[in-house]
Amino acid sequence: MALLEVRDLKTSFFTPMGEIKAVDGVSFDLDKGRVLGIVGESGSGKSVSAYSILQILTPPGKVVGGSVKFNGDELVGASEKKIRDIRGNRISIIFQDPMTSLTPVFTIGNQLMEAILLHTDRNKKEARARAVEMLGLVGINDPERRMGQYSFELSGGMRQRVMIAMALACEPDILIADEPTTALDVTIQAQIIELMTELQHKLGMAIIMITHDLGVIASICDEVIVMYAGKVCERGTADQIFYNPKHEYTKGLLRSIPNIESDDKERLIPISGMPLDMLHMPAGCAFAPRCDRAMKICLTSQPQEYFVAQDHISACWVNIQEGIQSGLIKLDENGGVKV
Amino acid sequence: MSYKFGLYILKRFGMAFLTIFIVIFMTFFIMHAIPASPFSSEKARTDATIAALEAKYGFDKPLPVQFVNYLRGVFVFDFGLSTAWVGYTVFDLIKGGLSYSMRIGFSAAFIAIVFGVLLGALAAINRDRWVDKIIQLITTALVSLPSFVVATLFLLIFGLWLRWLPTISTNPGGLVMPVAALALYPMAYITRLERSSMLDVLGQDFIRTAHAKGLSKFKVLFKHALKCAVSPVITYAGPMMAYILTGSMVVENIFSVPGLGRLFVNSMLRTDYMMIMGVTIFLTLMIVVMNFLSDVLYKIMDPRIDLE
Repeated sequence: MALLEVRDLKTSFFTPMGEIKAVDGVSFDLDKGRVLGIVGESGSGKSVSAYSILQILTPPGKVVGGSVKFNGDELVGASEKKIRDIRGNRISIIFQDPMTSLTPVFTIGNQLMEAILLHTDRNKKEARARAVEMLGLVGINDPERRMGQYSFELSGGMRQRVMIAMALACEPDILIADEPTTALDVTIQAQIIELMTELQHKLGMAIIMITHDLGVIASICDEVIVMYAGKVCERGTADQIFYNPKHEYTKGLLRSIPNIESDDKERLIPISGMPLDMLHMPAGCAFAPRCDRAMKICLTSQPQEYFVAQDHISACWVNIQEGIQSGLIKLDENGGVKV
Repeated sequence: MSYKFGLYILKRFGMAFLTIFIVIFMTFFIMHAIPASPFSSEKARTDATIAALEAKYGFDKPLPVQFVNYLRGVFVFDFGLSTAWVGYTVFDLIKGGLSYSMRIGFSAAFIAIVFGVLLGALAAINRDRWVDKIIQLITTALVSLPSFVVATLFLLIFGLWLRWLPTISTNPGGLVMPVAALALYPMAYITRLERSSMLDVLGQDFIRTAHAKGLSKFKVLFKHALKCAVSPVITYAGPMMAYILTGSMVVENIFSVPGLGRLFVNSMLRTDYMMIMGVTIFLTLMIVVMNFLSDVLYKIMDPRIDLE
């Protein structure tokens, strides 16, 4: 049994214009101490998937189906109390924008101790000591003094360190990092990623790293999920995704990364077209309108997830066609695909 | 910090003095520019009587001299003698009226702030649901209704038709209606302020962080959100307190409360220069003090605020 089992998770936003299926049938497993990367462009449903796990969606967002099992316990539809006991305790999350993610009117110390007092039996003095210890652990100098400071007195990198300290204070089993470096300077980004790797080795928690920065994924993730329009389009080990991408969208993403070793006359190849209008989803593969190799079937029917190699799955008709041609997949009598 | 704060206090004091001086200056010369005199009445008085009266109150001297004399008095809290209430000093009259006004004012301010904040928070939490809609409907009505309409309606409904409450404030239970009439407008206003500010705060990232920590909804709302959302209420509540504590002219007249507001109206009707000046200065002082207190409280609630 995996530590976290997400099955066919569906989350929708019910807007006045209609239902937006932000997450539409996402499944994955996360084992103890592993690092799972979720990549995708803005609006692909990465963050919403994470919020759905902890059920911290803001209205009109709502989990409408599927299952999230933590240590075998179902979280979807569980009581508020049960989920609260897990939040910040067994599963923690850090957010994209550290500038606005801390309450401005309470001290750092107050906010750190809050989580510790809530989830552990420590008294105030012990909680304070633990908070100071955590600040030291995330590399904040003079932690005693920082305890009495407010978030507006700290830099962005410092605030993200405080967020990490807060998230890890109760030694969670899973840390969800929702684009933890997007809002930071490049040099600070590297420091934060280094810090997270170091803490992961030290504390052994599992991490779900949500990002659109493929470099971050490559440096720390064991497994990777690529998301597009609320669905998983490809999944595999970091090596498989980087060196042997199968899905046309993943290939496009990788082509659009600048390469420091290439000669400077080489141009980046962007993915053509526009991100999807989530209110008007195409009937077929969501990526088909932007895909160079789209076939007739791509526009009318959604591709299934299909193994292209051991532990490597892609949901792409082009891959399925290749599979049929090489004899790996057979069509059943109705013309459906048998995997 | 403490040095800076000292400097700030000093600056505020200077500003307060200047404000009060300007108010005194303007009221004094405007009062003396109106054609009516404190001694004009239906009763025919001989010129000799009026001259004697003016000499007694010092009104016979040239205006600049009177002004300087008045200022000299203000420094030692001597606001002169009332011309309408013979034999009383302005200071005593204000003190007497204030004891009634404050009794009503404190209750009204307390009700307005506490219920305003709670109702506003409640409306924000239940945004667009029926609780919110009802609160919005009632507060919109209360904010648009002038206090004399509300007070008269109260008098009519609870005093005359239902006979639940006495119509005169000095009878037992008589303070209920004036307090309610005084509290309703600021309460409704605070409710609306708090609602919009709370809605703004609830959409902030740190609220999500607080939820993600595992805090209960109650704690997220009443610890993290409320402390941030209360700032506009503090800004409004400062001057509001000043006005409410010094008595409402309308409410005190309707419910016959012998407070400062009623005193003010009567002194105007009787062109009692000294009383009008005294009450105006007192009101100015209250507003200056309350504004200062609300600024300090603002800083305490939101450490990002720099008082400089």
